[in-house]
Amino acid sequence: MTDPDDAVARRLDANAAAGPLAELFTVDLTVAMATCAGCGNTAPLAAHPLYAHAPALVIRCPKCAAVVLRYASGGGRLRLDLRGARLLTVTLDGAAAHGLSPVQ
Amino acid sequence: MAGTAIRRRLSWQRADVLAVQREARRAYRLSLRPPDWSGHLPGQHVDVRLTAEGGYTAQRSYSIASAPQQPGIELIVERLEDGEVSPYLTEVLRAGDLLELRGPFGGYFVWPAGDGPVQLIAGGSGVVPFLSMLGHHRATGGLRQVRLLYSARTFDDLIGQAELARQPSTVEVTVTLTRGAPAGWTGLTGRVDARLLAEHTIPPAQEPEVLACGPTGFVEAVANALLELGHDPIRIKTERFGATGGP
Amino acid sequence: MSFVSRGFTGRRRAVPAGRLPPGQYDVGDGFPVLSAGPTPYTSLDRWDFRVRGQVDEERRWSWAEFQKLPRESVVVDVHCVTSWSKLDTRWEGVSVDTLLADVVTAAEFVVAFSDGGYTTNLPLADVTDGQAWVVDNYDGRPLAPEHGGPARLLVPHLYLWKSAKWVRGLELTVEDEPGFWESFGYHNYGDPWREQRYAGD
Ligand SMILES: Cc1cc2nc3c(=O)[nH]c(=O)nc-3n(C[C@H](O)[C@H](O)[C@H](O)COP(=O)(O)OP(=O)(O)OC[C@H]3O[C@@H](n4cnc5c(N)ncnc54)[C@H](O)[C@@H]3O)c2cc1C
Ligand SMILES: [Zn+2]
Repeated sequence: MTDPDDAVARRLDANAAAGPLAELFTVDLTVAMATCAGCGNTAPLAAHPLYAHAPALVIRCPKCAAVVLRYASGGGRLRLDLRGARLLTVTLDGAAAHGLSPVQ
Repeated sequence: MAGTAIRRRLSWQRADVLAVQREARRAYRLSLRPPDWSGHLPGQHVDVRLTAEGGYTAQRSYSIASAPQQPGIELIVERLEDGEVSPYLTEVLRAGDLLELRGPFGGYFVWPAGDGPVQLIAGGSGVVPFLSMLGHHRATGGLRQVRLLYSARTFDDLIGQAELARQPSTVEVTVTLTRGAPAGWTGLTGRVDARLLAEHTIPPAQEPEVLACGPTGFVEAVANALLELGHDPIRIKTERFGATGGP
Repeated sequence: MSFVSRGFTGRRRAVPAGRLPPGQYDVGDGFPVLSAGPTPYTSLDRWDFRVRGQVDEERRWSWAEFQKLPRESVVVDVHCVTSWSKLDTRWEGVSVDTLLADVVTAAEFVVAFSDGGYTTNLPLADVTDGQAWVVDNYDGRPLAPEHGGPARLLVPHLYLWKSAKWVRGLELTVEDEPGFWESFGYHNYGDPWREQRYAGD
């Protein structure tokens, strides 16, 4: 890494976006697999780099750094931009294991 | 786990603050009782929100330190001198207050399923989610091999000393101090690098699940060193805490 | 919903009335770094600044050429849409008027573009007439990468996201083309004094 320490310090894992994303989704989106619309790389959303010190949460592709997802709540509105994600796959077993019951 | 949870409680709730106790030189343990809590997975976090007169709010994430088997939840917060939220949680908040939080969140950075070996690597306050995992491992009488490599600045900065001292024989805890050790210290000193990882963690050949947590700089250095040693990226999970007091 | 965390004040402080736009607080000595992506590190011998798009002829300055342009110093207040403001910030650089001098164009808008892919759109009329600069010096020192160095746009009368960090040029356009935050529901113009944070404000 060539970033100086203080620049590095502002990068998080998208795991930390689980709370904000739960304002919108009933499943835990961070355990979903996300496919980058730019380069096609697929990885758990939680394993994507998250930039939270910005006007929105910005989640980028771990491979090509393109924006995969943007999310913000402010001004009484929730905003979600998924242009950078070609596909999100949520495994229902995983969701069930994490407190959600798909049947019921 | 948390078998009673049909739908998770995701909205903000006001937890009773039962106690705020000093845990280490700059860290405090918050014992909380959220009114509506249906359990958590070891490794999950909550979001905490502070509201000032006039409506200004500040929000941060904190890992849950306590095992799911324990009633209520505990957080351990490290105080950053120039921080906005951590000085409040460690110096102003006290028993009898209410603390707004929501969660638990995050199904990814959690205690891995199965019975294969688990390697935990913590820098500074990054040990907090691992305390929950180790508590869970102990409470469930797990037999899998577990190792924790924990890097802290000084002996007085060590978080969770009491818990770490009473681990079952399946768990091996290794501590390294980066800013000097007290007289008589027999543990390791120095930063976590590829050499230290090679000597004191489960080797890649045994295919351990590896979880690394702490300040962003620490986690990125550890992740790079793990790849260098030949660990499969699929089995490495990280949780960057952002700017913190450092390992 | 009127819960207050006992004893919590946050990072706010009192400032002279009239100095702050509505909904803003003063950060004092701090200078928060906002970043929506990795900090790009462009070496100065590969850096250039371009004026392109709806122009009679493209303009390009290497770093060395850019350094020879007439320079100006400004002291301004800056206002971030995330609600902090910083008063009396001291910058040095080249006026956008200098960079657009003699450009013949039918464009009414510009898109500032940056290393790392960031863009932001502005009316051409808002970056001319002494209202905008390309600055490479903050508080007497070369602009740090985390604050947009080697050079960033400075348009202090609009929210700070319009002051693109790591700026590499201006694209002049006939149609208004929403940039990185403008395409995400942030206000197209972004006047802090009218609190134009989000589209529709
Ligand atoms: C998933 C997750 C779990 C976490 N768990 C824990 C935990 O268990 N225990 C724990 O102690 N911490 C934990 N953290 C970290 C915690 O969320 C806070 O980041 C930490 O407490 C600092 O908050 P603060 O408000 O005190 O400091 P902040 O006010 O956020 O400041 C932190 C530091 O960064 C600098 N800084 C802040 N913002 C900027 C900016 N925009 N530009 C430049 N510099 C800036 C400040 O000067 C300071 O040095 C966790 C983080 C995550 C993401
Ligand atoms: Zn990609």
